[in-house]
Amino acid sequence: MTVADVIVQRRSKPFVALRLWSVLALMIAAFAAAPFLGMPQFVQALVIEILVFSLLALSLNVLLGYTGLVSFGHAAFFGIAGYAIGIIAIHISTDILVTFPLAVLVAALCAVPIGWLSIRLSGFYFLMITFAFAQMVFVAAFRWKPVTGGSDGMIVPGATLFGAPILGSRESFYFFVLAVFTVCAALLYAIVVSRFGRTLVGIRESTPRMRALGYNVRRYKLAAFVVGATFGGVAGVLNSLFNLFIAPESAHWTQSALVLVMVLIGGAGYFVGPIIGATIVLLLQHWLSSYTEYWGLVLGILFIVLITGAREGIAGLVMQGWNHLRGKGP
Amino acid sequence: MSEPLLSLSGVNTYYGESHILHDLGFDLRKGEVVGILGRNGVGKTTTLQSILGIPAPRSGEIRFRGETISGLPTHDIVSRGVGWVPQGHRIFPTLTVVENIELAAARSRPGSWTAERIYEAFPRLHTRRDARGGSLSGGEQQMLAIARALVQNPELFLMDEPSEGLSPLIVQEIGALIKRLNAEGNTILLVEQNLAFALSISHRILIMAKGAIVYSGKPDDIRDDPDITHRFLGVGTAAAD
Repeated sequence: MTVADVIVQRRSKPFVALRLWSVLALMIAAFAAAPFLGMPQFVQALVIEILVFSLLALSLNVLLGYTGLVSFGHAAFFGIAGYAIGIIAIHISTDILVTFPLAVLVAALCAVPIGWLSIRLSGFYFLMITFAFAQMVFVAAFRWKPVTGGSDGMIVPGATLFGAPILGSRESFYFFVLAVFTVCAALLYAIVVSRFGRTLVGIRESTPRMRALGYNVRRYKLAAFVVGATFGGVAGVLNSLFNLFIAPESAHWTQSALVLVMVLIGGAGYFVGPIIGATIVLLLQHWLSSYTEYWGLVLGILFIVLITGAREGIAGLVMQGWNHLRGKGP
Repeated sequence: MSEPLLSLSGVNTYYGESHILHDLGFDLRKGEVVGILGRNGVGKTTTLQSILGIPAPRSGEIRFRGETISGLPTHDIVSRGVGWVPQGHRIFPTLTVVENIELAAARSRPGSWTAERIYEAFPRLHTRRDARGGSLSGGEQQMLAIARALVQNPELFLMDEPSEGLSPLIVQEIGALIKRLNAEGNTILLVEQNLAFALSISHRILIMAKGAIVYSGKPDDIRDDPDITHRFLGVGTAAAD
């Protein structure tokens, strides 16, 4: 059994997220109101980070949860877009109407050849080739000093709009990220419940059967790969604009692994799973790291417990509990 | 005589290094129902899968409607009018009945079958349209698997053990459905373990052993000569239950 099979078998109810989706809409409204109710700046920063990584995890889940492709190199596109926006801002323009779409486009275009080669493989080999590509991006960022700044990283110029600086304050950036996240999450949701999304689910459940229904499976896998990379690129752009800095670590394999862990902890079978996973991992990281440097150990234990005990992640546990309360069985 | 709808000649298919089909060859004429019988592991399913190109034969030729299809990608073969009803009534378990049908209908060829007509012909699927594939009974899943192939309006149906694991009553129903599809002009190639079922619906029977056709005849010939089933299937009446 391949890694993909194991993950795929964990899922049985992909679209029960509808009710959770409305809860999510309420939460976004609450987050939008929070700064007016005195949400401290450091909490805003934490929420920004959670939203950025939630988006990255959601974009990975298009591949992992819906198409059944376990990518171990998703951070590549986070890093590519993150560097692209810095390079474009330095050399072309800092106008966000230029930098943002162009940087995302760069990530999407890079995903075409990388995806084209990667989707020819499946299971463990897909995982390894995506890992290899991500390491190539990391090495390029690390070694190509004149362009990327090498191991020192790169200062990303602040965004402007028609020549005027924007998003300079924490609060304005908070609203910007919340808005971009909401739009992207809604788009991703629309994608996974569309006919295209169901085709991806069909591919996840049985690639030969989809071929035998007349589907060009590779074309769909490539499309899923590019969609995932595009939204991963949006997350990378947000990350760079927030920190005004990007370093090679953004594309490091540990970053890819962390996003994978976020999706699996949250529940790859559920649309909101990656958001739950990203939130829990980042909260753990922030809170525990002030008590102990071994916070990763706690994360590891949580991961082991969930992967062995609750294979549908926390979203799966919540759904089971909810169904149990409503007397719908296990 | 006109060219057969489907013809296989000298087909050799491998799974990795194991040689499954040995110079397999047979023809199928339009409007025929042909049943392939044989013991486990003789290459019946592989025969159907070779036609679909999963995996493609390593040598030999498969022609469909006068054109060579061996070596083409599976989705291309299917779009020329080959419909597959996989073994073990395999539908998409987490998708609903409607979604299963829609996935197939999105790749259909022009023809008389539409999703609406499917629900008329299979009222039970209509009743259970919002149920997930995995929650259907075995008989319902088999109907969904057939309906999914049907909505694509193929010219040739490849059915892999449509009676497997179903109760006698449901098997009868599936048999009636296959006859009806045939009466509407569809050509059907089916693989079966259930001898009685295959004999009752087929015009012609092919028996396979070790990856090749070893016997070809009419169902009546086989009924009249129990020796054939003894020799080629290694069964007396067991398979006829």
